[in-house]
Amino acid sequence: MSLARRLDHEALALQRQGELGLWLPCWGQEAAQVGSVSALQDTDYVFPSYREHAAALVRGISPTELLTQWRGATHAGWDPKNYNFHFYSLVLGTQTLHATGYAMGAVLDGGDQVVAAYFGDGAASQGDVSEAFNWAAAQNLPVLFFCQNNQWAISTPTSLQYRTPVHERAAGFGVRSFYVDGNDALAVHAVTTEAADIVRRGEGPALVEAVTFRMAGHSTSDDPTKYRAPEELAAWEAKDPVKRLRTLLEATARTRRGSPPSRRRSKSSDWRCDAPAGPSKPPSSTISSIRRTRIRTAS
Amino acid sequence: MTFLDSVTPTAGSTPSGTAPLTTTLGKALTAGLRRAMQDDDRVVLLGEDVGALGGVFRITEGLQSEFGTQRVVDTPLAESAIIGTAIGLAIRGYRPVCEIQFDGFIYPAFDQIVSQLAKMRARSGGRVTLPVVIRVPVGGGIGAVEHHSESNEAYFAHTAGLRVVSCADPGDAYRLIRAAIASDDPVIFYEPKRRYWDKGAVDLDAAPASLDRARVLRHGRDVTLVAHGPTVKTALAAAEAAAEDGFSVGVVDLRTLSPLDMDTLKQCAQTTGRMVVVHEASTFLGIGAEIAAAITEACFHMLEAPLLRVGSYNLPYPPAKVEDDFLPGVDRVLDAIDRALKF
Repeated sequence: MSLARRLDHEALALQRQGELGLWLPCWGQEAAQVGSVSALQDTDYVFPSYREHAAALVRGISPTELLTQWRGATHAGWDPKNYNFHFYSLVLGTQTLHATGYAMGAVLDGGDQVVAAYFGDGAASQGDVSEAFNWAAAQNLPVLFFCQNNQWAISTPTSLQYRTPVHERAAGFGVRSFYVDGNDALAVHAVTTEAADIVRRGEGPALVEAVTFRMAGHSTSDDPTKYRAPEELAAWEAKDPVKRLRTLLEATARTRRGSPPSRRRSKSSDWRCDAPAGPSKPPSSTISSIRRTRIRTAS
Repeated sequence: MTFLDSVTPTAGSTPSGTAPLTTTLGKALTAGLRRAMQDDDRVVLLGEDVGALGGVFRITEGLQSEFGTQRVVDTPLAESAIIGTAIGLAIRGYRPVCEIQFDGFIYPAFDQIVSQLAKMRARSGGRVTLPVVIRVPVGGGIGAVEHHSESNEAYFAHTAGLRVVSCADPGDAYRLIRAAIASDDPVIFYEPKRRYWDKGAVDLDAAPASLDRARVLRHGRDVTLVAHGPTVKTALAAAEAAAEDGFSVGVVDLRTLSPLDMDTLKQCAQTTGRMVVVHEASTFLGIGAEIAAAITEACFHMLEAPLLRVGSYNLPYPPAKVEDDFLPGVDRVLDAIDRALKF
């Protein structure tokens, strides 16, 4: 969680220096992401949205791999098969259907794999998400839907987004649902573990709605001061998930004060060096066989 | 063997099924799907009513009882979900073949097709391939109600990352559907619904067709007709009628709309100097417009006349009672041949 928080700071700096075109911070959502993805098995496959940097780091995806996409050198910085973590989906909600289809394949192959689909409160308004709930329930598929309700879809608050909360909506589709404090890493972990167990036992899909807060803007191009009251941010800063977990760990004396920050500083200087050194042009393998055929036949 | 029960062996064929059989385009597609499922157990079918019913056109008839409910899946009525889940199945390593019930029902899936299916291979730098086939009964001419007679191939041919295939007769439909399923690229596979019941020879042992090559069905010296799907038969009839008037008219079946086989088209354009493209879709920004521009760029000095397009009008598809006047028939093709010859 500390690593993700630091990465957000470094990426913001790199964007402001012109090394990244864009960055979408996960600042404030670290507990929801780390608590949930660490409740899954490494063999479980994850379909993220585009803000799941903390979850990606847990899966072993390097900060450099994460930054490459936002540097404009590639559309996907890692091989999904290496991490059982698909690359980011930028059209919101589409990945929930990919997860549902992947789960159909998992059933055909046998085993007890769980397929997790991450999405947010804004994406929940997309038809694809409702279709995924319905399909996964109708076919009793092993899909774990994980909704991070961060209160804001860019500048549109949840009050303008829907009347029925996502976890209540799931029940109408026949999807078991859970509602958890998304800024409490341990609570998220416990609830996701329970939900994943249900899915793994073959009892059908489940949904976890984690209530959290996007503490930064939607992206480095956003200006949340135009639509969000400072009091709201202050109220959520008091519930900062990184501070909460640190307080708990320090109180239970399970960490040594001072060592994590120094480790973070050494890593972040690596990222600063790696990101500009990364590729600035896409590799030739991005050209599909169709394109190659066209080149050949047009000559 | 369900397939042998449903077809009429041609005279002199042996019971082994190795000789060509005469059957309908629809049943040829059924046979192609069955063969693909027998050859590769990663091939699964998805669609609305494709199971016990065999689809509204019965193209998947008998396949669920043969391969089971897990490989022939009756889906919820949700086209975006059909394509979205097919993408997930393909990421997992399967080769899904989706049926969109009618051409006009594909639009809810447009985003999954254009933004996800077409782009994922390029996005992933070639790490993820999506061997998904989307079968679409296409076009008019069967007296259907609104939204059941559309020709929307240009939307998908315009989208980089998709192959777009259009079959015209039973023998070629059998070869093309197998090639489409074997392709690692996503394929939009158009089936001309008013030709589903046309019969022709099908060689069950024929190799899958090329997805890069057009077919020259008839050689000509004066004019080349270029058609695909349902208008191939129209073009052949027009060429026959023109021959009675003493004109030598060739016919090319495009088969694949993306990529276009420009080599074959250029050869034909250079041979005849006159070319007429015939399709059911509106001529405005259609496949014919692209061919006309590309051939003009490549063979300008070899042309005797501008390329002409024969298609339907730039209007929403009309009620069925007047569709015969809307669809391009033999008379409109002959008129275009005359105009090309007189230029």
